[in-house]
Amino acid sequence: MSHPGTLRTEDHGAAKRELLTFRLGEEEYGIDILQVQEIRRYESVTRIANAPEFVKGVINMRGTIVPILDLRIKFRFPEVVYDDFTVVVILNVDNRVIGIVVDAVSDVIALAADEVRDAPEFGAQLDTDYLEGLASVGERMLIIVDIEALVRAPELGLVDAEFAA
Amino acid sequence: MTIDISQFVQAFLDESFEGLDLMEVELLREQALDAEQVNAIFRAAHSIKGSAGTFGFSAVSDFTHGAETLLDEVRNGKREMTPEIRGLMLEAVDRMREMLLAARDGSAHDPDRVAETSGRIEAMLTSAHGCPGTDAATPVAADSTAAQSGVTHGESRPTPAGPWEILFVPQSVLLRSGNDPLGIFAWLAELGELTVHCETDALPALGALVAEDCLLHWRLRLDGEVEEAAIREAFEWVEDQCSLIVRHLGQPPATVSEAPAASAPAAPLDAQPQTAPGGRPVAANGAPVERRADAASIRVATDKVDTLVNMVGELVITQAMINTIGHSADQLDARAVEQLRHGLTLLERNTRELQEAVLSVRMLPINFVFSRFPRVVRDLSNTLGKQVNLRIIGEETELDKGLIEKLVDPLTHIVRNAIDHGIESPERRRAAGKSEAGTLVLRAGHQGGNIIIEISDDGGGLNRERILAKARAQGMAVPENASDRDIWQLVFAPGFSTAETVTDVSGRGVGMDVVRRNIEAVNGRLDIESTEGQGTRITVRLPLTLAILDGMSVRVGEEVYILPLTAILESLQPTPEQLHTISGRGRVVRLRGDYIPLVPLHNLFNVPATHERPEDGIVVVVESAEDRAALFVDELIAQHQVVIKSLETNYRKVPGVSGATIMGDGRVAMILDVDSLTRLHGTVH
Repeated sequence: MSHPGTLRTEDHGAAKRELLTFRLGEEEYGIDILQVQEIRRYESVTRIANAPEFVKGVINMRGTIVPILDLRIKFRFPEVVYDDFTVVVILNVDNRVIGIVVDAVSDVIALAADEVRDAPEFGAQLDTDYLEGLASVGERMLIIVDIEALVRAPELGLVDAEFAA
Repeated sequence: MTIDISQFVQAFLDESFEGLDLMEVELLREQALDAEQVNAIFRAAHSIKGSAGTFGFSAVSDFTHGAETLLDEVRNGKREMTPEIRGLMLEAVDRMREMLLAARDGSAHDPDRVAETSGRIEAMLTSAHGCPGTDAATPVAADSTAAQSGVTHGESRPTPAGPWEILFVPQSVLLRSGNDPLGIFAWLAELGELTVHCETDALPALGALVAEDCLLHWRLRLDGEVEEAAIREAFEWVEDQCSLIVRHLGQPPATVSEAPAASAPAAPLDAQPQTAPGGRPVAANGAPVERRADAASIRVATDKVDTLVNMVGELVITQAMINTIGHSADQLDARAVEQLRHGLTLLERNTRELQEAVLSVRMLPINFVFSRFPRVVRDLSNTLGKQVNLRIIGEETELDKGLIEKLVDPLTHIVRNAIDHGIESPERRRAAGKSEAGTLVLRAGHQGGNIIIEISDDGGGLNRERILAKARAQGMAVPENASDRDIWQLVFAPGFSTAETVTDVSGRGVGMDVVRRNIEAVNGRLDIESTEGQGTRITVRLPLTLAILDGMSVRVGEEVYILPLTAILESLQPTPEQLHTISGRGRVVRLRGDYIPLVPLHNLFNVPATHERPEDGIVVVVESAEDRAALFVDELIAQHQVVIKSLETNYRKVPGVSGATIMGDGRVAMILDVDSLTRLHGTVH
């Protein structure tokens, strides 16, 4: 049994990687599927005091405490709603388990490295630190998120564990 | 089939380190050693030598050979265990440890030091036997052997020569541990005329045969002038994996030994648990905690395991009972409901007991840490030319394994500090009118939900002026009219040292700040009390376990938090008269004449609260390391035992919070850290 992703690899020759695509508002994003652990419904979280706004809080995932980040707040989307379609993608990044809130999960696609374009610079008005690049999938534009950069973001303080109390 | 021997090397190293620790503990005993203790030391050395040879660490086995020979002479009463021999053996233990550590890490040991120690052992061996007064007829050690039961030492008992019958029934795993019955038989054949009869009854059909299982057993006959001990020695490496019966033919009383009740020389490492001659748990002494803080295995006393098994048994019975009630009645009548309730009560009790028992498996006596200090104190006081008496109290106090491992370094540091800076030289002590030998007391015990460890010395104490001068010289902020307590806290500042000379022992100022950080990392607190000229006492206060906490759940708006019960002094609904403001902002609660700062939790955590006025809600008076505080919350919910989960695994440390837990409904609740809360409160205002 061959996977749809590996099938397409053959006709291109270059190594492809698979991405999980999801929607934030009207935009479509992708993350490396190897980092995805599971997808679950959005459920109410326990707030963490004095955390950055996009850190919604923590949930109990089978006995493990998992922080939940809302990418829509992180990327400053004007409208953030939590409804029946809101899902949490649980990721394993740098041996940490975190969840990200997205509007919907769409698809799994395979992309070769040369199909990804660098994200253009927007200057100060738009934070592109966490964008790995852009890719075209048919008519759609896919924004590829560098989730490791996001996790290492200083405001989250995950990597630099020395947090001054 | 090739056997990868490297998988056993780790086990060999673990065992050897335990053996070395055991040797060290025995050698450091204050009293004269009895035969059993000398034997224990010898067996450990013997076992290390043997296995080191097997695993190709020839440097270790060659070196150990000398030490073993010397110990053998002591054991046989040819020598006395003089202080010189003790010192030399301690030195040898150090060399062996260095060599094994080098072997473990793949680095090189220092051959010169090994050669030096080796040379001294050789010199000792060739020197005239140390005890002229004791000839062969009344050797000192042998005397006490006779006084002891002596049962465990087959080799020291004369046994008749003659035809022997040996029944050797190995466990099926024998081959997997790299042991070869043929090798044993070859050994026996050298002792005398050997007849081997192999029993094949247990063999399955060829198709079901597993090549690595040893399903054969053997009946052997050995003719010749052989002692029983020599025969048993041949089986030394497999004795815990077989049943072995050695019978003298034609002369009954048989000597039977079953594997678990191992009686022979190679057993020093499994002969551990319960109590040693001194009444101290040997499991503790034998444990390699100090040099292997990353040890992933744990030794558990057999009675704890038995308790667990019993409790699981009860749990199963209760479960069966509830099951029966559930299935027997289509509709539960009043009687069945009553039985069901009873069953559930029982289930609750079983679960709670089981939980406690499981937790107790992680609890080890603090002797795991304390047992290293006699050596530290001895070495250090020799180096520094000081006389120190060490007293250890409460070494049986149990605490969590995780805590124990994290305590080793900070406690060692404190002890070294006490000897280096605390206790004065004999001359100074005499001049001060004290006894020449200083006293260092290590005391452990329980106090409420905490474990208290005290390290106190009767030395010179902390010098207020010197600390102040030093702090100023280093540009630290020093409050005017600082209290002693404030000044002692300066000692914990990074880079602080008042030592006049920097020794290799201490004085570099790295240390006390690290000590404090290590202790705080396990939710502990550190206090210093000191009186100049009379001594210093450092108190370490630790939570009983890292895993479970008795807590009170409190509600603030829609949030639920857990407060550690140990931090709570009382809770009350304040009257308006009890509340006062200070300069319009800070508020205090007046309680029996004291003014306690009011800390509204909803302000601190920035969450909406139901009640804005303290007199509508509840204030919980908590005690932190520095002070008391009155936490203002909406409501007390209930008392729980909660399992502490780390927030840091996937997130990070959160100010004011020590961890999280999962409540009965599956939601997460934060566990509040009172010390950090009060500090947080200080920064908010």
